[in-house]
Amino acid sequence: MSGATSRDRRAGNGNGRRRRLALVASKGTLDGAYPPLILAATAASLGWEVGIFFTFYGLDIIHKKKHRKLKVASLANPAMPVSVPNLVGALPGMTAAATRMMKSWMKRSNLPGIPQFLDMARESGVKLFACSTTMGVMGVGEKDLVMGADIAGATAFLDYAADADVSLFV
Amino acid sequence: MADMDTAADRAATDAGPSRGAKVQLDCKGLLCPLPVYRASQAISRLEPGDVLRIECTDPGSLADFPAFARQRSLTLLSATERDSVQVFELRKEADA
Repeated sequence: MSGATSRDRRAGNGNGRRRRLALVASKGTLDGAYPPLILAATAASLGWEVGIFFTFYGLDIIHKKKHRKLKVASLANPAMPVSVPNLVGALPGMTAAATRMMKSWMKRSNLPGIPQFLDMARESGVKLFACSTTMGVMGVGEKDLVMGADIAGATAFLDYAADADVSLFV
Repeated sequence: MADMDTAADRAATDAGPSRGAKVQLDCKGLLCPLPVYRASQAISRLEPGDVLRIECTDPGSLADFPAFARQRSLTLLSATERDSVQVFELRKEADA
């Protein structure tokens, strides 16, 4: 019998190994930071191993100072809840206004902020890979990263992802 | 986690962590991934045979908790919805 059994769907996928999720987080906006962190917290709750590779602007999510100040783009963002023409979105203060709006929704929905999600990820044993090329390009040092981040190149991440059951680029 | 604690930190234990205990977890007002995250934390504190009863108001939980049970090798004893509140009973098994 070659079909998958219900047992195969479980976290321990039949060969004695935990399931694994490998994510690439490439966006440094507030709205771009939530999906990888939500997926990571969920997978860890299912008993999976989770690793996130933070690359390019995504590195801001684990930047000690910047992760608390991620923003929502008000310009060229057609998904804004209130329709904002680009000419208006380009005005000073509009990015801050869009960011405040999203943060207020998150609070109203009892959804944690990015720092809290990072705490949840660390408490769940999620591996945080900091892309070394991004660090070099953007002049980010090891001391600029949040606690628990590990510097790694694409090779180390792919080695981790090669054994993943689910891999996503976010 | 101070942001979450106002509406969320309402886990209460009916009985101690003895065999066959029933533990309540109130996740009303919480959205994904918090109900599953909290359930995971609660499950890890249970003994085999204990039952976790979870109340949710995220409609996605109707799809999520059966999947959570499969992934964590828990037995989903019941899944009901009444007045927009979803209630799940999960039993921790010896091999979970």
